[in-house]
Amino acid sequence: MNIIEAIGGRELFTQGDVACAYGALLGGCTFFAGYPITPATEVAEAMSRLLPKIRGVTVQMEDEIASISAVIGASWAGRRAMTATSGPGFSLMMEGIGYACMTETPCVIVNVQRSGPSTGQPTEPAQGDMMQARWGSHGDNELIVLAPNSVQECVDLTRLAFELADRFRNPVFVMTDGEVGHMREKIVLPAAEEIDIRPRPAPSTPPGEFVPFKAVKGKVPEMASFGTGYHTYVTGLTHKESGLPTTDNAEEHTGLIRRICEKITDATDELTRVEMDQDDGATVGIVSYGISSRSAAGAVRLLRAEGMKVSHLRLVTVYPFPERVIRDFAAPLSRVLVPELNLGQICHTVREALDGAAAVEKVSKIGGEIITPDEIVEAVLSSGEPVKV
Amino acid sequence: MSIRDLSDPEYFDEVAEANAEERSMDGLRPTYGTVDPLSGLMDPAESVSSRPEHHRLLKYLRREILPTTFCTGCGGGTVLNTFTNAIDEMRIDPKEMVCVTGIGCSSWIPSPYFLCDTLHTTHGRAIAFACGVKVMKPDMKVIIIAGDGDLAGIGGNHLIHAARRNIDITVFLVNNFIYGMTGGQVSPTTPFGIRTTTTPYANVEHPMRIADLVAAAGGSYVARWTTFHAFQLMESMQYAIRKKGFSFIEVMSQCPVSFGKSAGMKDPVSNLKYLRDNSIHVDGTKGMSEEELEGKFVVGRLVERNQ
Ligand SMILES: Cc1ncc(C[n+]2csc(CCOP(=O)(O)OP(=O)(O)O)c2C)c(N)n1
Ligand code: SF4
Ligand SMILES: [Mg+2]
Repeated sequence: MNIIEAIGGRELFTQGDVACAYGALLGGCTFFAGYPITPATEVAEAMSRLLPKIRGVTVQMEDEIASISAVIGASWAGRRAMTATSGPGFSLMMEGIGYACMTETPCVIVNVQRSGPSTGQPTEPAQGDMMQARWGSHGDNELIVLAPNSVQECVDLTRLAFELADRFRNPVFVMTDGEVGHMREKIVLPAAEEIDIRPRPAPSTPPGEFVPFKAVKGKVPEMASFGTGYHTYVTGLTHKESGLPTTDNAEEHTGLIRRICEKITDATDELTRVEMDQDDGATVGIVSYGISSRSAAGAVRLLRAEGMKVSHLRLVTVYPFPERVIRDFAAPLSRVLVPELNLGQICHTVREALDGAAAVEKVSKIGGEIITPDEIVEAVLSSGEPVKV
Repeated sequence: MSIRDLSDPEYFDEVAEANAEERSMDGLRPTYGTVDPLSGLMDPAESVSSRPEHHRLLKYLRREILPTTFCTGCGGGTVLNTFTNAIDEMRIDPKEMVCVTGIGCSSWIPSPYFLCDTLHTTHGRAIAFACGVKVMKPDMKVIIIAGDGDLAGIGGNHLIHAARRNIDITVFLVNNFIYGMTGGQVSPTTPFGIRTTTTPYANVEHPMRIADLVAAAGGSYVARWTTFHAFQLMESMQYAIRKKGFSFIEVMSQCPVSFGKSAGMKDPVSNLKYLRDNSIHVDGTKGMSEEELEGKFVVGRLVERNQ
């Protein structure tokens, strides 16, 4: 059965969580492991329904630690693999995510963010895990983080996440939220003949000659999946290019960690996806991502209807952080507002990137409702006082 | 004298007594890289084919990382030896194997030493990683080797659920009664009353009988052996690897350094004697009461099911 048959059509009306599952199939995913958690459960349910139809497997594990672990195991078994969770589960996955960075294991993690900390407001949307996504696992590492704001983007960005995970041999996060995850919109999927899923390429050198953690393309090594005769040794310990542990050599550690970080940061321009809506002569701008970017776009329309000039930059890729793009965007601006469903996270990163070039103001909202365009308008119109909404 | 005779109790006693006095803590710590790992194994004057570099089992090991980091007298070496012999006798091609391990001395038994695809994972999670591997590589033999702290402590939940699922993987839990790698803290299997670095006034908790727990959770084959019973262990390993479904062996092992210092058994031989003298074969336990079995290690096949 082809993927479109398994999904049941190309034009559908569905919710963001299910759309992430469709995107995963389009990205070549054949393994899903997860543990039920609101508001991400529908991803697991959709994967349980879909994967058996395309000879994939979904396993409900005993917790989220097991889920990320099984995903990494399946990835080394040569499959494209994903898990989906929300805040509490995301916290449990952090050690495994660091392991995936260290072992350069491609995998995709969907986080349908809910209101925290702790159990918080399980059914309510939030954007409170953005810093955790970047900094949650111990040690130095880099993550690729995508933030869809529509159901269609849940398809497209989850699909893209698999491509990037394989290309950079790194975990990739799709950071949605309870709102995007549960809202329903129309989606259009590619035609079956446009879907071209290929297995992960085998190493270009045979066993014996192959060096499993030596970078070949840019800073990314080729991957010898298990069962292909390469006897690959995979460890979360600091390792040499051969994969064997080396735990007390500063040079080897530095070389490895710099490489696994730089393979992502060096590719920032290539990885950056933004939507830029600049207004000539504007001195105020908004930097947004995820669900809040829809409110921001609404605010921009309202402000312009009132004759005000305002620019808007939406980050589709949140990490690696597109610093250069943000600086260019803010060059003509004196004020930049960052609306977020948290008490201020990405606004700090924006402020650091601008380094004083413009005043950065947060527009924070928590409690379970999304920011409205009016609230952003009010913040823009206020004379630069930080606005609490 | 063949190696097999070493598990003959009388011979063992003789050797043990002869050696006991000369052995002390000195030299028990590993001497990384300074000693030929294979010295003493073979008489170098013998024919080329019996020289260390031609040892028949060396082909199964990652030579470049030998010698092992195990302390002198550690049971880890016995388990590696037994496991490698088991694989060799079964004529399993390492290409068809994946060893998955956690964190701890026992996890180092196959990773990095055993030459096959090897996933050295995070502490406690080996079984969960292995589930992902096995589901997507059902034709490969997926074998987990890790410690008591790893599999019964931090990772206990994964163990129980893998047994319940009866997923076709093989788990060798090396129970040395202690957190060895971190230097001798109490573990879920530390005997009652033992002083460890984190129970300096004695362990007030009772050890868990992990093999019995696994047997209750499910699985197709559950056994318990010790490093003293190397040959029974080897046969049991082969059986476990062959058995369809979840199979589990609790391998009671000696840690003369971290456990030995707690239990007052600093030399490897008294550790082995402890394992031997407290073991009782499951067939001989009929009619024995809980009290009589207190502190005993019931060895042999505990459960076999065909599900
Ligand atoms: C999450 C986490 N917690 C703690 C540790 C530290 N740690 C490393 S090995 C170990 C104990 C291992 O004991 P066991 O599994 O019994 O193995 P042994 O060394 O005795 O063979 C611990 C606690 C760790 N690596 N990861
Ligand atoms: S600390 Fe114990 S278990 Fe670890 S290598 Fe030494 S003797 Fe073996
Ligand atoms: Mg132990």
